[in-house]
Amino acid sequence: MTANRLPLLEADRVSKRFGAVTALEDVSLTVDKGAVTCLLGDNGAGKSTLVKILAGVHPPTRGEIRVDGEPITFSSPRDAREHGVATVHQDLAVIPLMSVWRNFFLGSEPTVGHGPLRRIDVQRCRRIALEQLQQLGISVHDPDQTVGTLSGGERQAVAIARALHLGAKVLLLDEPTAAMGVRQAEIVLEQIQRARDRGVGIVLITHNPRHAAPVGDRFVILRHGRVVGDFSSREASIERLTTVMTEGG
Amino acid sequence: MAAALAVWGFFAIAAGEPFRSTAGIAAYSNAAAPLGILAVAVALLMIGGEFDLSVGSIIGFASMSLMLLTTHFDWPLWPAIGAVFVLSALIGLLNGLLVVRTGLPSFIVTLGTLFAFRGLTIALSRHWTGRTQLGGLDSMPGYDGARQLFASDVFGVFRVSIVWWLVLIMVATWVLLRTPLGNWVFAAGGDAQAARSAGVPVDRVKMGLFVVTALAACLVAVLQVVRFTGADVLRGELQEFRAIAAAVIGGTLLTGGYGSAVGAALGALIFGMVQQGIVMTRVDADWFQVFLGIVLLMAVVVNHALRHRALSA
Repeated sequence: MTANRLPLLEADRVSKRFGAVTALEDVSLTVDKGAVTCLLGDNGAGKSTLVKILAGVHPPTRGEIRVDGEPITFSSPRDAREHGVATVHQDLAVIPLMSVWRNFFLGSEPTVGHGPLRRIDVQRCRRIALEQLQQLGISVHDPDQTVGTLSGGERQAVAIARALHLGAKVLLLDEPTAAMGVRQAEIVLEQIQRARDRGVGIVLITHNPRHAAPVGDRFVILRHGRVVGDFSSREASIERLTTVMTEGG
Repeated sequence: MAAALAVWGFFAIAAGEPFRSTAGIAAYSNAAAPLGILAVAVALLMIGGEFDLSVGSIIGFASMSLMLLTTHFDWPLWPAIGAVFVLSALIGLLNGLLVVRTGLPSFIVTLGTLFAFRGLTIALSRHWTGRTQLGGLDSMPGYDGARQLFASDVFGVFRVSIVWWLVLIMVATWVLLRTPLGNWVFAAGGDAQAARSAGVPVDRVKMGLFVVTALAACLVAVLQVVRFTGADVLRGELQEFRAIAAAVIGGTLLTGGYGSAVGAALGALIFGMVQQGIVMTRVDADWFQVFLGIVLLMAVVVNHALRHRALSA
């Protein structure tokens, strides 16, 4: 990666107050193309506030958000998505009773035909859903299978593959490995690496240094709303991340 | 599907020839058609995650509105039919708005509108005519045309309401399985929050579904009023529960997010077969409800098991 290339997404000295409460103070974070930035911190450290600002849910009180170097104010999550910044929530992502392809294209169904005969291009939906999952290293045989019958890691893949297919340049993954066993978490981390290798910028939000360390290129640690550590992958070890998370920098 | 065949087989043997004859088939298909029209619409709404208990009172309201407009206020028949469809759509929209705006369970909201519109129907009928039953629609100009469309027979013994029912099944199935709107209905009932975050206009979908059930109730009202040339304020009583039962027997989940129009239609057909079959087997008709209750319970148990299977890895 060339050093002078602009980051895909930047938060520059961002602060956020809710009334008298300061949730974030002077927080900066960058996401490069084809790189994983891990956002670490305990519960209440300000991770979710920062994610909500990056995702367009809240505007920052102070500081600037930049996409491809351009300052921007997202008006809504939809607006953020249109600028290529997509969020995959841990539990809100997929609908268990619906099939893989129906989930994959929910809200953006490709159609053929006109007027009253306008219909979903089901064959295309099935094919693309399987191809996109394949690219994340997940082989699902039957696109008509309900998502409820998939494993946790496979469900996450459906959500990630969907966001990528809809043109996301930056993925905000909110605790994708929470409540998962070792095997399922490994599957998700593998998907993150594959997405990164395709040139996507990723923010991995987690409170688990064990999941962050193997995939992260950059590690930003929040504590009480402030950045207490900002490491490259060479400087970071699971022990160091854990220490900084719990005791500060 | 298997359940419908089993019930048919049971009565085909128990009731014998009369049940298998064309006249027999016509008897239970005719009986099932109005309920079937309701059940298909109610199933769509249930898949979308909501209930409508007011459909029965909308049937009464639409029936009496049509009679009042024509025989009391001297409206011509066709504009009156158009007007009751518009009125019913507005009731559906009211149901939808109340549910979406308040965020309350539709079960309780539409229970309220069930009472309100039944009461309103009785009160207004008494106020204007002093009666709760009105007849004489066949003396209105334009009745013959309306009779052709809503109350004629096809192939001798089959009522035209069956044709309306079949068309509705086909349209509902098409929309549900092959259009983006259908995908949004499943999503709205499956997980409204996830659907919203994918950009589905959940509130608009739900309001539209309430309008559809109200229009289906109105269609049933018009079919019956034109056939019987009159109406009663109690028309449609208990149909809301029968429609929900038919949808559930047909595989629609009470919790939303899953079901089919064809299933709901078969559920209604089972209702018709049991109703007519019991009469034909010369068993006391009191057993009708017992039999249906058992069928409903079995359906719920099977649905529950299927749902569990669809949700476990």
